[in-house]
Amino acid sequence: MSFITGVGLTAFGKHEGSSTLDLMSTAAELALTDAGLKRGDIDGFLCGYSTTMPHIMLATVFAEHFGIKPAYAHAIQVGGATGMAMAMLAHTVVEAGLAKHVLVVGGENRLTGQSRDASIQALAQVGHPTYEVPLGPTIPAYYGLVATRYMHEYGVTQQDLAEFAVLMRGHALTHPGAQFHDAITVADVMASKPVAMPLKLLDCCPVSDGGAAFVVSRERTGEIGVRVLGAAQAHTHQHVTAAPKLSEFGAEISIARAKAESGAKISDVRYAAVYDSFTITLAMLLEDLGLARRGEAAARVRAGHFSRDGAMPLNTHGGLLSYGHCGVGGAMAHLVETHLQMTGRAGNRQVRDASIALLHGDGGVLSSHVSMFLERVR
Amino acid sequence: MSESKPVADWTTGVEAISYQACASCHSLQYFRRAFCAACGAPDPVDKIAGGQGTVYATSLVLRAATPEAREHVPYNIVLIDTAEGFRMMAHGANDLVIGDKVTAQFKRFTGRLVPYFERTII
Repeated sequence: MSFITGVGLTAFGKHEGSSTLDLMSTAAELALTDAGLKRGDIDGFLCGYSTTMPHIMLATVFAEHFGIKPAYAHAIQVGGATGMAMAMLAHTVVEAGLAKHVLVVGGENRLTGQSRDASIQALAQVGHPTYEVPLGPTIPAYYGLVATRYMHEYGVTQQDLAEFAVLMRGHALTHPGAQFHDAITVADVMASKPVAMPLKLLDCCPVSDGGAAFVVSRERTGEIGVRVLGAAQAHTHQHVTAAPKLSEFGAEISIARAKAESGAKISDVRYAAVYDSFTITLAMLLEDLGLARRGEAAARVRAGHFSRDGAMPLNTHGGLLSYGHCGVGGAMAHLVETHLQMTGRAGNRQVRDASIALLHGDGGVLSSHVSMFLERVR
Repeated sequence: MSESKPVADWTTGVEAISYQACASCHSLQYFRRAFCAACGAPDPVDKIAGGQGTVYATSLVLRAATPEAREHVPYNIVLIDTAEGFRMMAHGANDLVIGDKVTAQFKRFTGRLVPYFERTII
């Protein structure tokens, strides 16, 4: 058994002059305080990677910097799925008895620490070095390929995709830490600068500075416990050229495994936290996970289903699309927001009932998937 | 297991598209390796594709990541299901749509040779 006992999240956007270690430290301090723990209580540590601070031993670099001496520590990298993969690993490490309190941290000055070109170029390297990268694709182009095929198979339109950007922006408007604070409409998304068709600027998450952290513990430390019910992964390919079928992705496999592992059903879920690097990512994942039928996720957005007061509130902080995306910490913000919702601390964003939550992370080009169910216990 | 030797195709500057066929399990693979990724048998046979295929997906790039690539904007990144049965990424005419029957040609892109598909003229 394991519990998420504390969470920490910085604002996303520009943190001029803050380094990777600064942003990680800020988030870690917030998570420790939230869990009611001290540095000496932490006996496990996990972190991801930073594109502005590449290092072969980031976990121990951070541990020394922050002032912890864990019995178990290392970094992992699974692209955008890293945050959820760390949550799953921390749960596993705690259940195995290797640690009592695992601190998990992600953070990076991805926006101000490098040029936008450098950032786009670094990310495009998830493509195949011989057979894809020489063709000049970008991450939006990889997802653009996924989008045209998915739209072709299920009759999804660009206006449908735009609904997800509008939904996430609406949620971000209620969170002071979000990168974007201007309301947008479907027409704004449609008129935004084309990036890699059918994806336009507002279909894409931004590059951000930011940090996020959480603690996974053997026992709960607060009155309300947030227990990990179960988690699972699926890794079907790395490169979009080698993807099994552009319309049948690993999320279906990982969610089936997570359901079997946890005993939870989709009908039990009251709150959803789903990776949303692009509007197409969110549309597809919602349908892969069974939170909407094929081709019908956009209709559910229009009907208010995924809004704060809807039947399945989704990414109430604004998601990657509008809270922002600082790399590893980006999807960890989804977990932080879920924890706040489950413990009744989301303030003006609070949903009625977040007793059982489903979280899903994706890395690469829908290459790596992690699904997790959380349950509130009193 | 022997080292994969270079092959004369577009990745080495030659106007050809190569793939591999496994003699044991008959699987095809586009990413070249010294073994078959489906069954592990060594030394899959190198073959040259005929250049015919069908468009599986497209994405027209208008925001490129490097100054060199920016000179080519807009360019269409496409996934092609080849007549032989493997899938590959390439460039294509800007107006290609899913399901189009296409034929491979070759173009220069950022100083390198890349496969470029155009609608097959019947």
